[in-house]
Amino acid sequence: MRAGKLACIVAFAVLICGLGQAQGPMPAKGASVHDRSIYEELTKAPKKAARRINPLQRDPEAVAAGAKLFDLHCAECHGELAEGGKKAPSLRAPEVQQAAPGTLFWLLTNGVVRRGMPVWSKLPEPQRWQLVSYIKSLTPAENPAQSQP
Amino acid sequence: MRQVLGMCRGAVAVLAAGWILLMSGAPRAQAQESPYIVTYDHYLEEPGSLEVEYYSTFGTQRGGNDFHAYWTEFEYGATAWWTTEVYLDGQTTFGDSTIFTGFRWENRFRLLAREHFINPVLYVEYEQTSGADKILKEVEGHDVEADYAAPNWLARKEHDHELESKLLLSKTFKGWNVAENTIATKNMTGGIPWEFGYAIGASRPLGLKASAKRCSLCVENFILGAEMYGGLGDRYSFGLPNTSHYLAAVAAWNLPSDWTLRLSPGFGLNDNSHRFLLRWGVSREFSGFGAAVGRWLGGRR
Repeated sequence: MRAGKLACIVAFAVLICGLGQAQGPMPAKGASVHDRSIYEELTKAPKKAARRINPLQRDPEAVAAGAKLFDLHCAECHGELAEGGKKAPSLRAPEVQQAAPGTLFWLLTNGVVRRGMPVWSKLPEPQRWQLVSYIKSLTPAENPAQSQP
Repeated sequence: MRQVLGMCRGAVAVLAAGWILLMSGAPRAQAQESPYIVTYDHYLEEPGSLEVEYYSTFGTQRGGNDFHAYWTEFEYGATAWWTTEVYLDGQTTFGDSTIFTGFRWENRFRLLAREHFINPVLYVEYEQTSGADKILKEVEGHDVEADYAAPNWLARKEHDHELESKLLLSKTFKGWNVAENTIATKNMTGGIPWEFGYAIGASRPLGLKASAKRCSLCVENFILGAEMYGGLGDRYSFGLPNTSHYLAAVAAWNLPSDWTLRLSPGFGLNDNSHRFLLRWGVSREFSGFGAAVGRWLGGRR
């Protein structure tokens, strides 16, 4: 019985710690300033991955489908208009808009686990490309300040 | 009598806790949930999200009464690499009684930062259950159908404190997910040796492209697959003799309204196994749960 009580106490402590983690110092950093380091992960995409061409770039429905997927999976953190939020940076920022489609696909697939972005390889490849189509269709922020919420 | 009533209240609490949370409102955050009920893939809960899940297992029982076992899961994404989860278990044995059978606390840790050819996740669970627990969330060691035939008053006298570890390996390729779990369990209540088990699964969405419109019946919302699981004996008698094994079809329906429904008819593959297990589940994800609780606790805004 003691072991059970101990497990309960530890579980509660871990849950509280976990809740603290969820507010996360890393994502919040992205929202407070236009910090270029937030986008550094984009530069880590292997060249081979970055060179990949979006197979759905001429699909007339790709942007609309990507918008739906964005609303379902991404808007919670990146904001409804992808303008960035407390937990994740703007996707209208020049760093994102100037990135190759293959780079965005690579980032979606691998996530940025240490900074709080989960891997999205659970979405089938065509859906990830649809998301890339939507992100690339967004109007870029004219200057970094506009990419903030 | 008082004890029986207490146990019944416990079982009702398991159901109520799940349903109250499931029915309450939350921001939209549909996840692409896996259809597996026993097997784990390498995907963790999104950080800050709470997923509340309710599952049922109806099982046939030779040499005893059929049963309906159920559990509620509270799965929380602490970080992108760590998911923690609490289970509350209960069961009804027909012609016998309804009882609360214990709790489990599991943690899953993603071991590698990026996606690789195979993606490992470490799973660690502590469970405190009675011998009457019948959810069959995993099958290990020499678990056989006859173990579940004892009446509840007798079975619940056995108390198990188990430490369970799993290595979860999983890969998604061209829409197909393939997952393999290796299980090693130590019952800390006595001189019971380490027990081993396995679970494997494969699944695929019916459609890989998303449709442009929000829809419930779009093919991409349905995921079908199969899973197989069973025991591998223990430290002193590793292997297949006197073990039970199951093969089950699995299906998930991810609704755009945040709900996921799962169904899994399973069949025992040898004489040591229950002949038929029908499982179903319903879950809902609450995104932003961690931030909301953090604010409530006086954290950063």
